[in-house]
Amino acid sequence: MSAELPLIGDYSTPSTEISGARIGVVTFPGTLDDRDAARAVRAAGAEAVSLWHADTDLQDVDAVVIPGGFSYGDYLRAGAISRFAPMMAKIADAANSDAKLPVLGICNGFQILTESHLLPGSMIKNDHLKFICRDQLLRVENNQTAWTNGFEAGQEITIVLKNQDGQYVADEKVLDELEAENRIAFSYVGWNPNGSRRSIAGVSNKAGNVVGLMPHPEHAIEAGFGPDHRGTDGLAFFTSVLTHLVGGKK
Amino acid sequence: MSQEATKEFNIDTVDNAAGTPDVELPWAELGLKDNEFAEIVKILGRRPTAAELAMYSVMWSEHCSYKSTKNHLRQFGQKVTEEMKKDLMVGMGENAGVTDLGDGWAVTFKIESHNSPSFVEPYQGAATGIGGIVRDIISMGARPIAVMDPLRFGAIDHEDSQRVVHGVVSGIGGYGNSLGLPNIGGETVFDPIYQGNPLVNALAVGALRHEDLRLANASGVGNKVVLFGARTGGDGIGGASVLASESFDDTKPSKRPAVQVGDPFAEKVLIECCLELFKASLVEGIQDLGAAGISCATSELASNGEGGMQVELTNVLLRDSTLTPGEILMSESQERMMAVVTPENVEAFEAVMAKWNVEYSWLGEVTDTDRLIITWDGEVIVDVDPKTVAHDGPVYDRPYARPQWQDALQADTFKSSAAGANLPATGEELKAATLELIASPNLCDKSWITSQYDRYVGGNTALAAPDDAGVVRIDESTGLGVAIATDANGRYTYLDPYAGAQLALAESYRNVATSGAVPAAVSDCLNYGSPEDPDVMWQLAEGIRGLSDACMELGVPVTGGNVSLYNQTGDKAIHPTPVVATLGKLDDVARRTPSGWREEADGQAIYLIGTTADELDGSEFANLRGHLGGLPPKVDLAAEKELGEILINASRDGMIDAAHDLSEGGLVAALSEMVLRYGVGARVALDEIKQRDGLDSFTALFSESQARALVAVPRSEEVRFNDMTSARGVTVARLGIVDAQSGALEIQGEFTVSVDELREASEGTMKKYFG
Repeated sequence: MSAELPLIGDYSTPSTEISGARIGVVTFPGTLDDRDAARAVRAAGAEAVSLWHADTDLQDVDAVVIPGGFSYGDYLRAGAISRFAPMMAKIADAANSDAKLPVLGICNGFQILTESHLLPGSMIKNDHLKFICRDQLLRVENNQTAWTNGFEAGQEITIVLKNQDGQYVADEKVLDELEAENRIAFSYVGWNPNGSRRSIAGVSNKAGNVVGLMPHPEHAIEAGFGPDHRGTDGLAFFTSVLTHLVGGKK
Repeated sequence: MSQEATKEFNIDTVDNAAGTPDVELPWAELGLKDNEFAEIVKILGRRPTAAELAMYSVMWSEHCSYKSTKNHLRQFGQKVTEEMKKDLMVGMGENAGVTDLGDGWAVTFKIESHNSPSFVEPYQGAATGIGGIVRDIISMGARPIAVMDPLRFGAIDHEDSQRVVHGVVSGIGGYGNSLGLPNIGGETVFDPIYQGNPLVNALAVGALRHEDLRLANASGVGNKVVLFGARTGGDGIGGASVLASESFDDTKPSKRPAVQVGDPFAEKVLIECCLELFKASLVEGIQDLGAAGISCATSELASNGEGGMQVELTNVLLRDSTLTPGEILMSESQERMMAVVTPENVEAFEAVMAKWNVEYSWLGEVTDTDRLIITWDGEVIVDVDPKTVAHDGPVYDRPYARPQWQDALQADTFKSSAAGANLPATGEELKAATLELIASPNLCDKSWITSQYDRYVGGNTALAAPDDAGVVRIDESTGLGVAIATDANGRYTYLDPYAGAQLALAESYRNVATSGAVPAAVSDCLNYGSPEDPDVMWQLAEGIRGLSDACMELGVPVTGGNVSLYNQTGDKAIHPTPVVATLGKLDDVARRTPSGWREEADGQAIYLIGTTADELDGSEFANLRGHLGGLPPKVDLAAEKELGEILINASRDGMIDAAHDLSEGGLVAALSEMVLRYGVGARVALDEIKQRDGLDSFTALFSESQARALVAVPRSEEVRFNDMTSARGVTVARLGIVDAQSGALEIQGEFTVSVDELREASEGTMKKYFG
């Protein structure tokens, strides 16, 4: 990994203590963005640890990323089969335990988290019925989670959106609750690209250690290869969790 | 993993065939000609069994045997210099060619057609086109890293284009997006000539370390032959022999059952599973199952190896237990691979299959008999010399002749025609023509298509459509990567089949150089009508001659490709459409040149490299006026090479911040596209080039002369840039500057068009027709 990656915002170079962090990246059959997620973890200064869906050993990781893709081909329903993976049971236990393992679900990872009931709501097909890949403007609604503390509240960022089933839905009661508890982590700015309720792009659990979103921060971490061939707004997701880990829970 | 009870068929064994020479066989229905059937009988010394007939019929089909083109395609192997072979690790004939990139890296790429299936059943046809080409890349031992898809559809406003465009685009997206491969480009052309014969070509590129190279051969007596991946079903039976080797005809029944059905999830798992097998060196030889299925895989593996092969066909895992042996041999079910494994590695192989939950069955083994013997529950149903199936098929010298209408076509120039009267001349007319051009189906913004494809996955995409070439990084530590562009112009090739094929290469070569990459290899997909029509056969012969001559002159070898014939409805053939993909090497993809300027380029100088002549025949503008006649733009390969070197050097030495080649739509299209790339305006003047090249404003803007490109040069680099071009004796003109404040493209003394007007024109068209 090249060393001169530009860090955005006010993040200082990760200290040696932080770079000792181990972040797991889960691979299911049909996962696509696992290598990208691992690259993002390394770019932030942590060690990426590969976790296989069928295993049950969390390998003592400090946080977990469930990356995007089409696990089990999205057959039946996106995330519906993966949620039963042995590794998911371990992750759910650790996320709900007192240790509150930080978990980030990206795209298909978000779908797996809702199917696992670690996050509320569900995703259905985009309202325009097509796959969409675009550079997406988001607003950070809640910067108090394990994965967003590096952003300013209300900060607008551009990362990649790419999905077929990205329309976030939940009943009105849940949506009201999410708003009241400040658990809407990200909203789409401008055009709502998939018809999501209340333009929700990502949500967190009550404790703020589990975050899921449809857009892809791991595709926006390296100048030249991200949105518009230069955006790096996604890197702060991965530096945020390192800050969070040093902040106390580790 | 054994099959349940063996089915009861009236199995046509070899013994039975020898004893019943007079049994009528359906060879004509399977697409064989009488001379071909007679040849099979001669080779075998008896009538073929039903299973042998199935194998020969698919392997001797036009699609698999190249019987009409073999004698012409040889030129690609003959017109090569030692210099061109220097970096070529694997040439034509394998699943895909392999080119050395240095640092122990190699790259493999190939373009293929999936035209007929994509018309019959657009979603599955296009999806399985991607699947097939990706398996070709895996078969070489490579990790696939990107795909591209050049597409040609009928008229944009034809009712059937809705079905075909929606189906093809969502098929490519649905399958490709599920594989984790970025789609980095392609082209989209609309022309009524493709109405009943849309062209869906698919390209895949893969990267490998030298030591990981794998070839399709079965060697080592006693080694095991295994079939793994999806089960074999009844889909795609006769795909190669019937669909891809015949013209469409309204009188025949639906060919839908001949189209394969894809399962992208199975393919993604198969990719990872194969890469794990390669990494652990668990396979000796490997072959994907594409056209002609098990027939092709067994006969090619055996034929390329040193011995023979013995296969028990009842071991094949089936989706449909009623399939006959012949159907099993012909099935084109997707997501299957065949490999040769040493007995010591069997256990390790099975462990990898178990990890990925991939089904497999051991079919047989490599023998020293020089025969391919296939049994059905122990009874011999195929006993052939595999070379006669895979390689020694019929070869035809199809008659060809320059069509009688060619002279009249070439004499009918645009400017002498009624369509070419009253050309735009005033500023207002030129502006209207510019907007019409930018909104035209062929030049309009195609993000309606490209936004349905994942261009980011993998994190290595440095450029993608709408840039001139797609660029992907291969080595993260050094930035080593490749650029690829695909191009063709069916109208040019129709006007002059020899020059048109060369122009296709020239454009893709130019596009690769425009991105800053050094062109290194070529793959081609030759889409033509029926070779049984002497007019079409002449177009094909001229195209291959033209392309091979041009490759020699530009010094880029053809490493593989595919021929797609019978693209015609009734007597009406498509325009000859040789799609050429050029692959270039970039030592560091960070140096790639994008096709437009950003705000921070404000004030940079815009130069036009190359000269412009009055060349509007076959142009996009003439097409908009409904005219096709005359001669295509002049080919000047020496100038293309010189232009390429300038673009590559300027990129490497940091002399240019943006570059875009001039092709369809000429200067005004290129300027508009550069402005639209990042929404940043420009101010240019035509006086210098009009005076120098003796042109009126319209011709200066709309002519499609070749070997030209626009570049944006920072002020600090202008002296160096001019020194370089004048030292090389290349004509350049300083047209104007990037203007970040104006929000417009201003052609001084002619017209000004705002970025918003251009964008509205460019983005409106696809939305209007496809929603």
